[in-house]
Amino acid sequence: MSRTLIIGEHDGQHLNQSTARCVACAIAIDSSGVDVVILGSDPSAVAGEAATLNGVAGVLTVMNPANGPVLAAILAPQIAVLASAYDYVLAPSTTFGKDLLPRVAALLGVPQLSDVMSVLGPRTFRRPIYAGNALVTIEVPAGIKVVATVRGASFKPVGGGNAAPVRPVEVSATLPTHTRFVELRSGKTDRPDLQTARLVVSGGRGVGSAENFALLYQFAGRIGAAVGASRAAVDAGFVPNDMQVGQTGKIIAPELYMAFGISGAIQHLTGIKDAGTIVAVNKDGEAPIFEIADFGLVGDLFQIIPEIEKRLR
Amino acid sequence: MQKIIVCLKRVVDYNVRIRVKADGSGVVTDGLKMSINPFDEIALEEALRIREKGQAQEVLVVSIGPEDAQQQLRTGLAMGADRAILVQTSAELEPLAAARILQQIVNREQPDLVLLGKQAIDDDCNQTGQMLAAMWNRPQATFASKLDLNGTVATVTREVDAGLEVIEVDLPAVVTTDLRLNEPRYVKLPDIMKAKKKTIEIVPIESLGVDITPVLRVTQYDTPPPRSKGGMVKSVDELVSALRDRGLLA
Repeated sequence: MSRTLIIGEHDGQHLNQSTARCVACAIAIDSSGVDVVILGSDPSAVAGEAATLNGVAGVLTVMNPANGPVLAAILAPQIAVLASAYDYVLAPSTTFGKDLLPRVAALLGVPQLSDVMSVLGPRTFRRPIYAGNALVTIEVPAGIKVVATVRGASFKPVGGGNAAPVRPVEVSATLPTHTRFVELRSGKTDRPDLQTARLVVSGGRGVGSAENFALLYQFAGRIGAAVGASRAAVDAGFVPNDMQVGQTGKIIAPELYMAFGISGAIQHLTGIKDAGTIVAVNKDGEAPIFEIADFGLVGDLFQIIPEIEKRLR
Repeated sequence: MQKIIVCLKRVVDYNVRIRVKADGSGVVTDGLKMSINPFDEIALEEALRIREKGQAQEVLVVSIGPEDAQQQLRTGLAMGADRAILVQTSAELEPLAAARILQQIVNREQPDLVLLGKQAIDDDCNQTGQMLAAMWNRPQATFASKLDLNGTVATVTREVDAGLEVIEVDLPAVVTTDLRLNEPRYVKLPDIMKAKKKTIEIVPIESLGVDITPVLRVTQYDTPPPRSKGGMVKSVDELVSALRDRGLLA
């Protein structure tokens, strides 16, 4: 039997769904001995949520006022201490896990695997490189602790109904004071977050101007979608950088991606290839985006978007 | 602040589509256009702006890689870096080894700030900065979209899933860059000519006494299964009903 420690992600109130996805990955490795640790200033409520996840053997809580804000420099030394009792240490491949886990791995003196997308054996994993344009199979030699982030889109969250025991633990680690939390400004719009949205509406150079993007915002609002853009639209100054979808922007996997006026440069396509369904609307029937679109429609986006809206219930 | 180190990784240009070798032993990179990792380029731009504001004296670019990585360092010098170091090796390094090497350079150079991309667009690991910060026992501020320096403290806005997080770190520190931080400058021809005269210090990797043996075994490279070829629809009606059938539109 091997033992797995999952670092629970939460906002102080609720457990992030990414944790349930990590549990699914942990079960695929070895269903016995999967623990979740919740570090926080008052972790009990979040720990209660983690205890309901099917497949979790136990939940550890590390209560410390310093664990209130989520800071890798503070959390990592504590996790490194806890990790000594485990063969596997997993965290979600979210900004939380990506920030934290390499620091943990370095403290443990072991390499880290990023973005595990499938478990091929107890010590054999597959992960994407080159923005998913190639997949590598990686073996972790026996005797080396497996420290890995788990790609959420690849694992279905486990269900609830469990009642795993919750156990507070004390961790003795020296915590630095060189890193201080100031504030969190949550997403300024009421639109869904581009990275996690189920539906994404995206515009490219064909949208023509910053003003014209209003049409996409309006349509996205109607269907509850996030709004993205191609690098060409960002470079043309139509929209800010943070909306860029692609290899050097955000790599996303929504259930539906609707590309309007996007020709489909390689670096854009690599950012959307894991989307469930891709719709492309472009005036140019030869645009490369049509090669990967599930539903391509040749035409003028300024006519087609209002036409789609008219048909919405 | 005296010195900023910027790490530049040589990678296949972001506009090139890579191919997995037929025997699954790796990725074909021979003859492809190589560039500075785009996130590292943003890191360098930020360092140059800090120096140009008079907040730093020197910008040192460091790369770890083959002899050809001098090209990327040369570009870095043309952008405006003062000095360059190439830790020369033909070995493929894990981020853990890269961080150990960078720590040796940090020990020697004693920078106030290390700036690097949040990830390289080849292995997409997103680890090296965090690992360096851990080994150096200094703060890390990852995914930076804004960086303000005030004496011995840096205030960094980070792009996290929940929004924008602001943290304060004491210097020296490691900051990894996200896309929004800045738009890197274009290199002008006269600067390229000038950069040819600057020297690049070559540090043989053996001289650093760092264990760079890979721990993980990469056993196989695969091409991801292609998306099932979709098709064209002829009308908005057809599109909307297809999306409804999939439960994607109301």
